[in-house]
Formats: sequence, structure tokens, C-alpha cells
Amino acid sequence: MHKDDQALIFELTKPGRVGYSLPEMDVPELDLNELLPEGFLREEEPELPEVSELDIMRHYTALSRRNHGVDSGFYPLGSCTMKYNPKINENVARFNGFAHIHPLQDESSVQGALELMYDLQEHLIEITGMDEVTLQPAAGAHGEWTGLMMIRAYHEANGDTKRTKVVVPDSAHGTNPASATVAGFETITVKSDENGLVDLEDLRSVVGEDTAALMLTNPNTLGLFEENILEMAEIVHAAGGKLYYDGANLNAVLSKARPGDMGFDVVHLNLHKTFTGPHGGGGPGSGPVGVKADLIPFLPKPIVAKRGDEFVLDYDRPQSIGRVKPYYGNFGINVRAYTYIRTMGPDGLKAVTEYAVLNANYMMRRLQEFYDLPFDRHCKHEFVLSGRRQKKLGVRTLDIAKRLLDFGYHPPTIYFPLNVEECIMIEPTETESKETLDAFIDAMIQIAKEAEENPEIVQEAPHTTVIGRLDETTAARKPILRYQKQ
Amino acid sequence: MKHRYLPMTEADKQAMLETIGVSSVQELFNDIPESVQFKGEYKIKQAKSETALMKELTQLAGKNADLKANTCFLGAGVYDHYMPVIVDHVLSRSEFYTAYTPYQPEISQGELQAIFEFQTMICELTGMDVANSSMYDGSTSLAEAAMLSTGQTKRKKVLISSAVHPESKEVVKTYAKGQYVEVVEIPHNDGVTDLDALKEMMSDEIAAVIVQYPNFFGRIEPMKELEEIIHGQKAMFVVSSNPLALGALTPPGKFGADIVAGDAQVFGIPTAFGGPHCGYFAVTNKLMRKVPGRLVGQTTDDEGRRGFVLTLQAREQHIRRDKATSNICSNQALNALAASVAMTALGKKGVKEMATANMQKAYYAKKVFKENGFELALEGPSFNEFVVKLNRPVKEVNQALLQKGIIGGYDLGRDFTDLANHMLVAVTELRTKEEIDTFVKELGDYHA
Repeated sequence: MHKDDQALIFELTKPGRVGYSLPEMDVPELDLNELLPEGFLREEEPELPEVSELDIMRHYTALSRRNHGVDSGFYPLGSCTMKYNPKINENVARFNGFAHIHPLQDESSVQGALELMYDLQEHLIEITGMDEVTLQPAAGAHGEWTGLMMIRAYHEANGDTKRTKVVVPDSAHGTNPASATVAGFETITVKSDENGLVDLEDLRSVVGEDTAALMLTNPNTLGLFEENILEMAEIVHAAGGKLYYDGANLNAVLSKARPGDMGFDVVHLNLHKTFTGPHGGGGPGSGPVGVKADLIPFLPKPIVAKRGDEFVLDYDRPQSIGRVKPYYGNFGINVRAYTYIRTMGPDGLKAVTEYAVLNANYMMRRLQEFYDLPFDRHCKHEFVLSGRRQKKLGVRTLDIAKRLLDFGYHPPTIYFPLNVEECIMIEPTETESKETLDAFIDAMIQIAKEAEENPEIVQEAPHTTVIGRLDETTAARKPILRYQKQ
Repeated sequence: MKHRYLPMTEADKQAMLETIGVSSVQELFNDIPESVQFKGEYKIKQAKSETALMKELTQLAGKNADLKANTCFLGAGVYDHYMPVIVDHVLSRSEFYTAYTPYQPEISQGELQAIFEFQTMICELTGMDVANSSMYDGSTSLAEAAMLSTGQTKRKKVLISSAVHPESKEVVKTYAKGQYVEVVEIPHNDGVTDLDALKEMMSDEIAAVIVQYPNFFGRIEPMKELEEIIHGQKAMFVVSSNPLALGALTPPGKFGADIVAGDAQVFGIPTAFGGPHCGYFAVTNKLMRKVPGRLVGQTTDDEGRRGFVLTLQAREQHIRRDKATSNICSNQALNALAASVAMTALGKKGVKEMATANMQKAYYAKKVFKENGFELALEGPSFNEFVVKLNRPVKEVNQALLQKGIIGGYDLGRDFTDLANHMLVAVTELRTKEEIDTFVKELGDYHA
């Protein structure tokens, strides 16, 4: 062990210590050997830690100090919408009436929960311009797959079984083609043109009678609005395909354009991005899916419905694709998103997008002198730079990202989208102040200068973190995926 | 407008517009075609102040009968358990909950190490070699296990015990449809998977057999016999398991399971109307490189300091894209952290003590039911659930119980036509002797 190593909880174990307080055993105890068939009573105890409550709190406090969140500092991770996570959301989600209700209780005893879900559905219907919404999918990728399964069911219901292909732009999130595959489709890639938008000619050439759907993020992952969206919708619809909207970038268009009005048939949202369910270190998320009327019969069941003054779970949906998740989705995250929407209101949501876009454009214009800007036009909520100028000096985008750590920032998304060389993708979000943006810009400018004058300091970064760059090759070649007692 | 989440001032805005070289924010949206521009405001509820919204939502939450104010005998996959108070204190460290996926390991060591510890604890409980960083929930995790088995065996048919959670069965079937996999149910025989039926159904076309241990009726499956039948045809033995039960029961790994999936909600995660919970996914070493989702591995930096990274990423969607066998990206990281803290607090002794307490109290409840003239159905060795036969529809009984502050058990008639008027009762370590006695007494008029 190195002297700086952070102990694992298992290394703090001392037999005899406990960190729990279980309820009293107030019933007569039986001999378990007599209750279970032979061989079913566990003999070898699981090697879980044996530590006191203070040990636990110190351990996790130490771990938390080795972690950077939005509350720690600026986090301009492109396509992830790392905005402030409101604290009221956390309080509301912890109310007994939301946190401590059972999904299989009688409907009459959970009317408040069903009402919240129904009202959230109504709000999301208006925000997306769709006709119905399911809250069941657990995350964005899960929503993508759910939407594609519905599109498949729709075509199949029409006897249209030759539609085996899903068209995805080359700039798409990796989940898009993966979701298409697990929904039983083949993926066809459509190229981007020199302006960073979907190449209409190429789209025309790949779309046909075997097209089930086109999946699109708008604005796309370059932060650019697909201004030919109506032509694209027409091409896909004329061929009998459906249009799928990846809502990862919805923060760019709240109150400015609705997927439903752009011609999209199916939409998923990432409530943990645009609507401030916290990112949680990588989840839990929530990925509601909205659809146009002709796809409603295929929604996963149940759906929350209103009958008179009562809220009910509607299971009577014979054409439903079935369940995609037990119970009704990540309710706790949906409570947070609902709280956020009600905190912002219509004018607040409009301002969210306006500031998100203003901030991104401001940063882009201030940085374009120092880094290559592959697409010189107004961006939406995020933009991409290319580190190819710095690469010629021997400084890679990865080095720039690591150097940003020394300034106390989480770096932008890097090497994505794939169609931009040495890509740096920056999404500031609306909750950051001008002072924060300026300080980050200054750091980026300093790094660009360092790349010219003192590249080693960038190449060898980070210099200030608790650990240096890690040996990922060995990690993958000789995987150590769990602690083993020495 | 002024809002506490929006820090830009009017002066900031003007300065920024000037730098950009436009005169208004609206100009930045001129690339949106006129015909799809949304004009005006959404027709949604107006914003409320913090205080007013807290009040409204407090009242809305108050319309629900929660498990703190009522006594819960409902389980069926989601359980009312001891939640060490410390769990929420750790979760409230915002360095954890306001971070995202640990893409930059140098500033994400806290999250990465916590997940590495989670993976270790899941391996210990299940008796498996490798566990991932979490899945959405137990059901989707089980579905991914079924899909993994078809990829691994190149077979396209999966058998699932009818004694698996009904909603898990439904989710497995939806996933299977996506990949053109056939799913066939194995009947149960008096509450456990019917071994004779399984033998008949078994062939070299079966990719996997899925059972639940303890199963949906609370019963202990004949794991040894199942393993022999399943591996006899080189199919994969996939087990859905309540990890708390494994504090007292021999783990599936010991019985030769290839994949163990399940939900860690039992460890420090609130019922939350069914989610978010925390799926886990554990396999043998042989399947390490086929695991869906994220894996954290240990390595070192150039000074020899121990550190943790996301590893074996060649499996994942962002690298493999359309060649990926799973599309999972975000998982349930924060809930995996909650489960880790709870597993840590319970520790080696507590997990056994808590699991045992569930059995003791459930067996006590069984005894009281029998003594009071109730008939138990599908009866046999069990963990913390069992089936009671009533003389009235369970829904009706539960509505009456609710008036007494009791949340009754699950209505098995919803999923099993031959089990109308049968209630699946869950008794966890939280239920006191007095609550159990009262519950049986309140059901007094309903025994069949």
C-alpha cells in the first residue's frame, strides 16, 4: 500500500465492531436448521465490513471529498446538462407520503402519488407537444429502447414487417445505435454535412421502405439546431417511417420549439438532465417517453389515468408493448422533476433555455480565438471546439481536460461527437454566473498559451489532484473488480 | 425575470450579447424555422414560491397512506425494512449526488471507490466472482441476464419459472421480444418450480432457466436439483435473488448459478412507490467480459498510488454502438451508494441477524395464523413471505384493513387465476409481535 492510499472500508474492519441497531427480537426463536432443508442455511459468512457508525461516516466523508459534483464547482460536461440540483427537490422526495409508500398498495391509498404522476404527464405533454406520456422508463437509454419497441409494434400492427432499419446520424449518442440493436433493428448511419447538420441527400438515399425510424437529437450533439427538420420529417414520413426525438438536449429549446411541432412521433426526456433530478454519480435517472396519438395504444402499461375525480392505473391496454420496468418508473426522480417544473413555471422554463443558450454562445465567442471552432454559427445550449491546433503542438484534448482539473473544474465532454477531431464539447447550463464562465474561459485561454509556451505542464497534468493519471490499460488487461482479503 | 436558480443580471446579459455580437437573445434562436417556433408560454401551472410549493406538496403527499403511519405486511418484491439513519446522511453529501458518471477518475475517486466496494459486497452476498456497478432494478437486471444467456449460448429460448415475480416475468418478456427470444413459463408445483415439468421442457435449445430464490411465494427453490437439470443441457442457471435473504441462506453461487440478478432495495432504499431502487448483476469469472453496464476496476497511477477507474469499457454502448449487447448508460449509482452504506452498517453480523429476524418473525406469523384457524397455501420452507387463504377478495379485505392502519398483503389473484382470495403476506424484521398478533386478529373474519 502507498502511504497516500485511501483505505477501503474492508481494511477498516475490526471483528467485534457493529454499525447497526436492529429492532428487538420479540417473538420466540426457532432453530433455523429445522426450518430449512439441509444445505440451505448459510455456513460461510459474507465478508462485509465490521465498523462503527463513526467509522462509516468518516469513511464516506473522506470519499466524498475525493469527488467533484456540481456543488463543488463548475461542471461543463457537454450533453449532460450539469445544472444546479435544487435542494427543495431533495426535501420533497423525502416526504413520508412520497418516499415511504408501497407500489402495490390499494389505489385509493396512493391518490396523492397518482395525482402527481398524472399532473407531471400533463406538464410533459405540453412541454413536448406530444399526445400522451409514460413515466415508466428508468433512464434515457431505457426510454430510447421503449420508444423503438413501440415503433416496432406500430409497424407490426400495420402488417408492415419489412421495416427493420433505424437511421441514426454519425453524431448521435452511442445509446441510439445500441438501443436500436436491442430493440431488434439494424442501424444505418446517415452522414453530417460540412455545416454539422444531417446531410439531406444522404438521408434521402438511406431512407426507404425498410426504414422503421430516424433517431435524431435536436439540437444535435454539436449543439446545432437541425434547421432542415421539416424536410427531414417529410422524407422519413413519406417513406412510412417514424421520427424519434432524443431529448438529451431539450434544455436548448424549452419554450422555443417543441418536438411534437417539429414532426416527431416519439420523444424521450432525460428528467435527470433538463429537469434536475440529480445526476447521482450516474443515476438513478428517469426517461419518460411521449408519443403522438397513433402510437398511444402501444405505450407500456400501466398508464396513470383520471376517471372523474379519481386517479387510476390503467392496465387495460391490449396493444401495449408490455412492461419495460416493474411498477411505475423511478417515481422518486419524477417527484423531483415535478417539483422543479412547478418551481420554474412557464416563464421560468423559457428563461432557462434563453440563459443556457446565451451562456454557450458567449463562451464559444470568447474561446474561438484560442481553439478551432469547426462550426462557426450560433450554437444552442452547447458547442464544440476542436483541439487540433494544440494537437500540432503535441498537446492532446485529453491533456487539456486533465489540465483543467488543476483549476478546479470538471472538464467538458471530450472525443465526442465522433465526427470532430480532438473534440471538446462544452455545456455551461443556465445556472452558472458570468463570473464563473469568465474564470473558466480564462483558464482555457491560459491552457492554450501553455500549449504553445510550456506544453509539458499540460501534457503532465493534473498536478493538484489526489491521484495522477491512472493506468487504464492494466486495469482492463488484468481486471481487479473486487476487494480480496490479503 | 428574477429566479434563485438563474444568476445572470440584466447588465451581465447585455455585456454578453455585445461579445456575441447580437442585439437580443431571440436572435440566437433564429435558426429555428419560423413554422416550428413555439410562440408564447407553455400552458402549464404558474411558478410557486418555495414556501407555497412546499405547502402544496406536503398536502399532496399527505393524501397517501405511508408506511411510517401504517403497519405494512405488503412485500411482493418491495419491502419495508430497517434503514440505518446514517444512509441518508451519506447520500446527502452533495459531492456524490450532484456528480455524474465518473468519467474523470482523478476527481471521481470517491464515487469509483464506493462502487468498487459495492461490487465487492454484492459478490460476497451472492457468492459470485464479479458484480457490476448496478442496473435499473431487479426486473430489468434479470431481463439483461436472460439476454446475456442467449448471446453466450447462441440459443434463442429461455425458460422462466412461474414462481418468479410476475412483473419481472413481464419485463423479461418485453426484452425478449426486442431480440426475438422465446420465453416459456415452467409451472410451479405447490409453490416451487415443478422439476418434472422442467425436465420435460429442457433441451439443448434452451439458453437459460430463470428461477427466483426465495421465490415470489416466499419459498426456497430446490437449487441443487435445478442446477443439475439446467447444466445437464449446458444451459445457464440464472437466479433472481433477494440479497438480504442471502445473509441467512446459502448463496446462489454455491449452488452453481451462472448469473445472479436482483434488487438491493432491501438495503437502505425507500420503497418510493416502486422506484428508484437498485438492480444488481453478478456473474462467474467466465462471463466477466459479457456483463452489461459499468464496471469499476482497481489500478495505480505512475507513483504507485491505488486508484479506481471505469474499466472493460469495450463492452459498452458508447464504444460498441450498434454492436453493443446492452444499451444501458445511466444506472442507479446513488442507490448503489445507499445500499453500500446500509450493507456496511449491517456488516458481517448484522446482515445475518437481520435476515434471520425476517425468518423468525415470518415463521411466528405463520404459527399465529395456523393457531387461529387460517389455512396457509403453497406452504413449505420460506424466507419472509407466505400465502394465506381468505374467504373474500383480497382487495376488499385490504380496504377494510386500511381503515385500521394496516397495509395488507399482495393479492395473488391479480396474476394467478387459481389463487383468487389468496394473500401473499410479508413479515420483515420491523414488525413487532404485537403488530403481527393484531394483523391476524383483524383478519379474523376472513379465514376460508
